[in-house]
Amino acid sequence: MPDTATDVAAARQQGDTARRASSIGLKGIRKEYPGGVVALESVDLQIGAGEFFTLLGPSGCGKTTLLRILAGLDEPSAGSLTIGGVAVTETPPHKRSVNTVFQSYALFPHLSVRDNIAFGLKMRGVAGAERDTRVKRIADFIQLGELVERRVDQLSGGQRQRIALARALVCEPDVLLLDEPLSALDAGLRRKLQVELLRTQQRLGMTFVFVTHDQEEAMVMSDRIAVLNDGVIQQIGTPQQVYERPVNLFVARFMGHDNIFAVSARHERRITTPIGELTGERPCHGAHVLIRPETIELSAPESEGVEPGKPLNRLFCRVEERFYRGNNVEYRLALEEGGTGATLIAEISNCGERLFRVGDRVRAEIYPEDVVALGDEGSTS
Amino acid sequence: MSSADPVWRRRRHRETRHLLLSVLPGALWIFVFLVLPSLYLMSVAFMTNGGYGQPQLPLTLDAFRNLAGFGFLGWSPGNLYTLLRSLWQALLSLALVILVAYPIAWYIALCRAPLRPLMLLAVVVPSWTNQVIRAFGWMNLLAPGTPLSELAVRVGLVAPNLGLFPSSFAVTLGLVYNFLPFMVLPLYAAFEKLDHARIEAARDLYAGPLRAFFVAVLPQTLAGLLAGSVLVAIPAFGMYVIPELLGGGRSQMLGNLVAQQFGQAANWPLGAAGALLMLLATLVGLVILRRLGRRLGGDDMVI
Repeated sequence: MPDTATDVAAARQQGDTARRASSIGLKGIRKEYPGGVVALESVDLQIGAGEFFTLLGPSGCGKTTLLRILAGLDEPSAGSLTIGGVAVTETPPHKRSVNTVFQSYALFPHLSVRDNIAFGLKMRGVAGAERDTRVKRIADFIQLGELVERRVDQLSGGQRQRIALARALVCEPDVLLLDEPLSALDAGLRRKLQVELLRTQQRLGMTFVFVTHDQEEAMVMSDRIAVLNDGVIQQIGTPQQVYERPVNLFVARFMGHDNIFAVSARHERRITTPIGELTGERPCHGAHVLIRPETIELSAPESEGVEPGKPLNRLFCRVEERFYRGNNVEYRLALEEGGTGATLIAEISNCGERLFRVGDRVRAEIYPEDVVALGDEGSTS
Repeated sequence: MSSADPVWRRRRHRETRHLLLSVLPGALWIFVFLVLPSLYLMSVAFMTNGGYGQPQLPLTLDAFRNLAGFGFLGWSPGNLYTLLRSLWQALLSLALVILVAYPIAWYIALCRAPLRPLMLLAVVVPSWTNQVIRAFGWMNLLAPGTPLSELAVRVGLVAPNLGLFPSSFAVTLGLVYNFLPFMVLPLYAAFEKLDHARIEAARDLYAGPLRAFFVAVLPQTLAGLLAGSVLVAIPAFGMYVIPELLGGGRSQMLGNLVAQQFGQAANWPLGAAGALLMLLATLVGLVILRRLGRRLGGDDMVI
């Protein structure tokens, strides 16, 4: 008989070194359901080891299908998938070192919290003593220590969410998949668990693939975001890139932007829009431009302006409406000349300067680099 | 609002009165046609058998002694065999019904939504015909000389010149056939609500198909399974028609014994004692199933 204590120690050590993050490679992944519904058109994606990667999009965009393909719960109609450099396209879910936190948590209500968490280890044949230590470790880690003997149906939504997370984490997978794990929780708890989840990922250094339809959540959590629509990746980038430089109309709208204008004519860097002629930083090819409300500077028309020397777009407007939000103030502006009745929205952070009133004349100044050209949908950055 | 509030209290009194009035006719019906006859039947079990088969005083325990097998000629195990046969037939057919009904119910629940009512109908429709007629149908199918019986003879399952009917096999078959819908329907109701994410979670946590079934599917269908078991095992235990017709007198069950005592044998106290035994056995069975359900952790138990 081998000495169990040293065995456990050795196994634990091995477990720690085995806790490695894996990269993910998707190539030409396509998913067509019977009946001809195409959930994913040819998706190509590289997710780095240890990355917090988010799939963002509206419901029905294919993000959950993509996650299910990673988990092995759905098989792609075409394409190949590698996890940690190993091809796993046809590997069944119980043979992948990937675990999932389900949207509905999908806990086993007839089992105790402990047995729920231990389930994956048991299925992998981890011995009883080691199983207990690992369950205890993860329960403490996720602050569930005192609840392990309870039945799942005696717990609150936030606690269930944590158990679902613990149940997946305890298996120390190469990749953790999270399918809108916070969507069933109220706003306060949600924000708290977002931070917890992010810290967990940073401490473990595990690769997380996170699905959400909430762009704010995506920006807070992610290293990189892939925005999906109609089964096509619209843009992949850091939260900053996706928010500040959306590549097309869909991404701009989905990230919650106002001030999107159709381009009616273009000549190199000069474009014509419903709010007048604007100069961009580079020649514009898109059919639309975005001017983020918070990039617009407002000043009194008789003043000198922000930076008198710089080549700015200057638009003279009248304040039509004002919405005071405390931390910022939103103005809806009507163009005085050169516009075609379009409204420009400016968001000015409230740092104690004088507020404009409805009816005031103002000068709106837009830097050329803040005129973001939006391409056609489906074009990837 | 406190319950001492007079308006509130008056309203509650009125509600209680309405409730009592609406329940009364049904309660009366049950009392007159179920409770009273049952009480009479129970009292008959403790009476003496008269010369012409009429129950009469004095009160004795003769009927129960008779039921236990003690007669004029000393003890005989006939009634005990009948009791055991009833139990065996009920449990065997229950097991077989579960084996047949479980995949059927699962399959129907997985079908496209518009197909499901049709398939359920196909399960239920045969039971719209009288049980006796269906039993006769099986007699014709299984009698000596029919293709099925010939096949059984060829394979060597039954002796030449004998058929599959009459036999205890035919009784089991008849019971399974008869009670199938009573298992399919509650199981289907359970499968319709099945949370598939739990199966996926089990698969995701390295459970193979079989383990996933036991941790994610079976617990979710347990309530339906137990409800179906009650609906199948209890009537099967007291079944009269099927053993009478398909058993050919060789596979008597408790129900036949009771019927006999009220008929040809003209021994009402013995029949009543048999009925009482059946009732007790049923209660014990229910308690066991209930305990089992609690133990296995179903939370919305029907029984």
